[in-house]
Amino acid sequence: MTALAERLSIALGGNPNSGKTTMFNALTGARQHVGNYPGVTVEKKEGHLVREGTEVHIVDLPGTYSLTAYSEDELVARDYLTESKPEAVIDIVDASNLERNLYLTVQLLELGLPVCIALNMIDAAKNNGIKIDSKKLSGLMGVPIVPTIARSGKGKLEIVDEAIKLAKKSKSSRPFHISYGKDLDVALIEIENIIKTNHFLIDSYPARWIGIKYLENDYDVIKKGDQENKSISDEIKFVVQKVSKHVKDTLDTYPEALIADYRYGYISAILKGVVTQTSNQNRLMLSDKIDQVVTNRIFGPLILIAIIYGLYEFTFSYSAIPVGWFESFFEWLNTSVSDILPDGLLKSLIVSGIIDGVGGVLGFVPLIMFMFFGISVLEDSGYLARVAYMLDRIFSAFGLHGNSVMAFIVSGGIAGGCAVPGVMAARTLKSRREKLATLLTVPFMNCGAKIPVMALLVGAFFGENEAAMMMLITLIAWVGALITAKILRMTIIAGPSTPFVLELPPYRLPTLRGLFTHTWERTWQYIKKAGTVILGISILLWALMTFPGLEESQLNVFSNQRTEITMGAKTSVLAEIETSVENEDVELSLAAATLKDKLNQVDMQESEAGLRNSIAGRIGISMEWFSKWAGFDWRTNIALVGGLAAKEVVVSTLGTAYSMGEVDPEDTESLGDTLKNAEGWSPLVALSLILFTIFYAPCFVTVVCIAREAGSWKWGAFSVVFNTVLAFSISVLVYQIGTAFNFLGA
Amino acid sequence: MPVINMRKMKTKQTGTIASIKVEGELGRRIRDMGLINGTEITIQSRAPLYDPVAIRVRGFTLSLRNSEADYIDVEVN
Repeated sequence: MTALAERLSIALGGNPNSGKTTMFNALTGARQHVGNYPGVTVEKKEGHLVREGTEVHIVDLPGTYSLTAYSEDELVARDYLTESKPEAVIDIVDASNLERNLYLTVQLLELGLPVCIALNMIDAAKNNGIKIDSKKLSGLMGVPIVPTIARSGKGKLEIVDEAIKLAKKSKSSRPFHISYGKDLDVALIEIENIIKTNHFLIDSYPARWIGIKYLENDYDVIKKGDQENKSISDEIKFVVQKVSKHVKDTLDTYPEALIADYRYGYISAILKGVVTQTSNQNRLMLSDKIDQVVTNRIFGPLILIAIIYGLYEFTFSYSAIPVGWFESFFEWLNTSVSDILPDGLLKSLIVSGIIDGVGGVLGFVPLIMFMFFGISVLEDSGYLARVAYMLDRIFSAFGLHGNSVMAFIVSGGIAGGCAVPGVMAARTLKSRREKLATLLTVPFMNCGAKIPVMALLVGAFFGENEAAMMMLITLIAWVGALITAKILRMTIIAGPSTPFVLELPPYRLPTLRGLFTHTWERTWQYIKKAGTVILGISILLWALMTFPGLEESQLNVFSNQRTEITMGAKTSVLAEIETSVENEDVELSLAAATLKDKLNQVDMQESEAGLRNSIAGRIGISMEWFSKWAGFDWRTNIALVGGLAAKEVVVSTLGTAYSMGEVDPEDTESLGDTLKNAEGWSPLVALSLILFTIFYAPCFVTVVCIAREAGSWKWGAFSVVFNTVLAFSISVLVYQIGTAFNFLGA
Repeated sequence: MPVINMRKMKTKQTGTIASIKVEGELGRRIRDMGLINGTEITIQSRAPLYDPVAIRVRGFTLSLRNSEADYIDVEVN
């Protein structure tokens, strides 16, 4: 290996939909690392490349239209640029959309950064008859410009070379300066003087830029200014107030509006004579035609339903095969380890705690990969923006956002999704309040794991109206989620709705590389979580349901029972059972079968007693005095505690608690019969439990994901407590009213 | 030429922005996307529930809620 002479750091900036991510992938290939910016949930993608002995570290900034303090993305990009001070910035600009794209460029230049422009998708621009004189533009802006096609990699080395050249140049580039009209220019000079004489914040930012931010009323910079030196900050604010009043009186406008006017004015002026439209062809003609159908009042919703159905079909049917492989693998691992290890706590820990816990979590991996592949197709093609456009009216009424739709649907908006990819799908939401409300309410949807619980209860107690009842459950989940979102948005996450103002990008064919990169990033993040936090929680839940175990005297009772049963039996029958353990296909004689049943009965009673005595069991029993208000006895309580691990565990735990032995969640008929005849159960109790299951705490995998996406464990904890309290209130209400009116056989 | 509120514009109608009377985050978002006084816009379509509205501005498609379009007055042809 040759010694690397230098290491440069270059940032990649640009508008969303400008091909920035494609360029990043083209430049760095597989040498990428996805993390988070400190303290926020905004993704930070880094990669590196080596170009003629120079190692270049590339940071992909979030795609933004501007550099305001209003969104996390923009603040992160701005803070990175001003604090980490990359040696150069490559600004990816959509050549067909120069005016709006250069608006960000102007702001990058005002930050005093060495910028070079990648005039991206130049081929698409050419095809649409847009001719750009990039030399002239480069001369006018004083910035190197390279035409590129990120998709094919054309121009990528040239733009990197330009960036390296910029980075190696001495920092004495001339400051970029545009006029904001006489009024603001005068004010800016006055502010610049105050800043320079007091050496105010200029270690971090250019003086004129600070002035512009004060004029724009940028709360982040003003806050930093106040902290630095309140009296100087106030002095600047006074100048701003003066000019604001003047501008209001004479032009009836605001400084920030004037600044935008002049920026766009500057851009329009320099583009005159640089861009020529050689044909009158509308470059968006194809996109417009697609939109006429896809967002049509009648066809739009129908196509949306068809596409969502297709996504479900793709995800849940096709992923069934690899999910099966995962399951078989973990089953195999389970039996192999069971065979090797002697019976006892260690075996129980490894098999029931670790393998089942992590296996259950990793079992989601194929599902997540398929789901995200599908979502990436919708996202990269531009369709997701249309979904938001079509459904925002409904969702915004409940304090959510058009972009919340996907998260709800994936989580089980149509029964059978999964809240884990659902919560991760909320990442497309850029507005914090709407995102939080979405994260906290999507777990109410009926995910695939709740379905066995619902099927058990509905089948046993509402057998005649099964389909109608399942439909009603889906409806209750939606209504509950939307109302809760509204309540949350009016209380703890109150605040004005974030502006919609959404670009509907032209439809594009996604690239396979982009799709695979997206899918893999999200899947890998999930796997990393499964390996750490989730393993810990699995072990904790296992311990809760295992310890302290039965006392010796109790164990003796059961082993005595077993001895009693075998003592009374013929040796030939015992031998028959012995051989049947090794060879399961052997048909047992009647006597042997009865004996085996009796022994099984004892085993099950033992595990029931063990569960009852465990910490989870004790919790279940100690909660009975108030869970009774909702109609739940201690057995149901334990099952619900178990459901925190994964909702389908409710079924298997109920099975253990009712001495049913292992119950396969897919086959719940016999357990249903038991519950139907069990004391303390009625259709009303079943209804109460169904409602509780819809609304109570999300499974812990989901909680981990919520905490991650919300950026704080506080919100993970909140979702557990809030949802459980909500669920319990609803169940108690329904059960008490039902009991009072003698409804549903109470 | 009459100045009307953007919400009142018909589909495919073109006009020039006469004023945008909003500050703060929404004002910034609107202006950052290139909607400023004197900009030509065309109403492209409305969502199935008549809200939001999609407009053509500076060669791209932008959608905004009716409640956001209310701040924008347009001089229509």
